[in-house]
Amino acid sequence: MDLTVNIKTQQDNSILGVISGEIDAHTAPKLREQLLAIDTKSTNKAVLDLAGVGYMDSTGIGVIVAFYKSVIADGGELTLIGLSPRLKRLFDITGLSGIIHVEEEA
Amino acid sequence: MREFDYFEMRIPSKTQYVGVARLTVSGLASRLGFSYDDIEDLKIATSEAVTNAIQHAYVEDEEKQEVVVGCAVYEDKLEIMVADYGRSFEFEEVKEKVGPYHEETEVEFIREGGLGLFLIESLMDEVKVLNENGVTVFMTKYVSREQVNAHVETDVH
Repeated sequence: MDLTVNIKTQQDNSILGVISGEIDAHTAPKLREQLLAIDTKSTNKAVLDLAGVGYMDSTGIGVIVAFYKSVIADGGELTLIGLSPRLKRLFDITGLSGIIHVEEEA
Repeated sequence: MREFDYFEMRIPSKTQYVGVARLTVSGLASRLGFSYDDIEDLKIATSEAVTNAIQHAYVEDEEKQEVVVGCAVYEDKLEIMVADYGRSFEFEEVKEKVGPYHEETEVEFIREGGLGLFLIESLMDEVKVLNENGVTVFMTKYVSREQVNAHVETDVH
């Protein structure tokens, strides 16, 4: 039940964050800390790859929303990729997929 | 004979145990023959209720901080009770303030929390909240009939 976050800057200057593990009340603070530490001013595109996320609840949604707000405030855009059908459903139920651009896993 | 088996966990009010609670519920649900999706729904609902109990209910006296998770396992349904003994809150009032996100919301006003109760209500079949000496959430999910049949058939083959 651990969470790993791997953040790197791509050649096109976009930021890619690869998240793996379970996002709940215990791991969400760590994720929030790492995502909000990203310098979103230096890029106009951020992508979070959630393909390795096996579990997420509203605490994870809260962190994603906080990061989204940070990216938007700096004039960038955020895309979530690799969503499992479960995660897609969570984003649909909460209405978040109508706000943040999400792509399901291939 | 009683018509259900009862499990109870007393969990220290610490976030590292939320995962243990949802995995236990997942194990019980799996035995009942719930579908994969229903089990995932139960895991989220349980985590949300336990997280709420840990995050909002307690104000002081760390020694007494624990959350009770009770599970009544019926043949065709699972009842989960999550209780804390901390500060109460007005469920109806809170409920009115939470809900799904709307596309037209200005970015700066998008909430970063408070979706827990909304998710519990969306994912479970029945939800009741008792507000006396703390908050107790009762939530029920039924094994869908097709699932029960499918489960029985799997056992036979």
